[in-house]
Amino acid sequence: MDIVISPTSDQPIYVQIAEQLAAQILRGDLPEGTALPPIRTVARQLEVSVITVKKAWEELTRSGLIHATVGKGSFVAPHSARELDQDRDKTALDRLAKDLPFFRTLGLTEDEFVRLVRRVY
Amino acid sequence: MDLLTVTGLSKAYETFHLNDINFTLPSGYIMGFIGRNGAGKSTTIKAMLDMVHRDAGQVSVLGQDYFSNQLKLKQIIGVTFGAVDYYEKSPLRRITSVVRRFYDTWDDAAYRGYLERFELDERQAVDKLSAGMRVKYGLTLALSHQARLLILDEPTSGLDPVSRDDLLDLFREVIEDGDRSILFSTQITSDLEKCADFITYIRRGEIVASCDKDDFIDSYRLVHGPTSALSDGLVETLIGSKTTDLGFTGLIDAGSAHLAAGCELSVPSIEDIMVYVERQPKGTKR
Repeated sequence: MDIVISPTSDQPIYVQIAEQLAAQILRGDLPEGTALPPIRTVARQLEVSVITVKKAWEELTRSGLIHATVGKGSFVAPHSARELDQDRDKTALDRLAKDLPFFRTLGLTEDEFVRLVRRVY
Repeated sequence: MDLLTVTGLSKAYETFHLNDINFTLPSGYIMGFIGRNGAGKSTTIKAMLDMVHRDAGQVSVLGQDYFSNQLKLKQIIGVTFGAVDYYEKSPLRRITSVVRRFYDTWDDAAYRGYLERFELDERQAVDKLSAGMRVKYGLTLALSHQARLLILDEPTSGLDPVSRDDLLDLFREVIEDGDRSILFSTQITSDLEKCADFITYIRRGEIVASCDKDDFIDSYRLVHGPTSALSDGLVETLIGSKTTDLGFTGLIDAGSAHLAAGCELSVPSIEDIMVYVERQPKGTKR
């Protein structure tokens, strides 16, 4: 499990944490049943507040990627391959929806945007 | 479980009023206490601890009334007021031997551990210590009797950046098991960005906000724009602003951000929030 926080990102830290863990779960790097480390330990190691990590965990729970067991902590939830694909697409679309206004302000048409994506992808 | 609850704390001096202070600190968290010099941070802490006599208000520690159970509750509270500046000619060892007698739960192993961690020499007299070392000795005393609640007035002032970072690591360690909490006042708001769970902000003796740090920051936006974008509606909504020939920067409630058409919005730092909130005209209440 890896989490890298960027202090200059305009994303709130809890979103950065949740997105990175979501990506690792969706890629299969963190397989079903993997125990996540305790929230308080993660907070100390990442040098962020306990509440920030709590929010990231809540976000992941809401999207069904992890589930919490009282007294035992949180685990990567079971997923079928199809669900994983759907979640991955949803995560990608959410991010695109957030970033698109920026590309629109540059005056790019849809075709131009797609062409640019092809060039760098 | 709430470790500390302050309700309706008030104290009137001739030229300064501490007015209806309320906040709650649950167990296992760090709360940063911010405000300008003279805003009432130290007065709040002293009134909470009965070091100055309050006019009104309640304080409870672990659900028990502090004022009627002081002797017992002080056992589980650790307090520092900046650097140790008493008995300056005495070696630390002698001061410690006095302080430890007050605590049933004095933990000598913890005490030795902190001496070593802070590289303090017990044989030295207080007046031979640097400002930073005096702060560290004060913290050592506050941390060595298994306190559940640490109340630290400006614990990071006078410390160099590396020592401050070490201290923040220590704070995170202290609260990691979830049983202990820290309330600390500071002018170095970047320290709070790194470790505080809650922010309590006091201005001219009144609480501006006391909430989750992320929510506190997220309730504001910084607006940057050309002066031409300063519509009447926007001017009225800005909490505080600075204007130059090249444009303006101001603070706005996140909920009113839609009024800032044609401007750049960004998430403020705690320092930004303070700077603009304090620039509001006198008498404005938020």
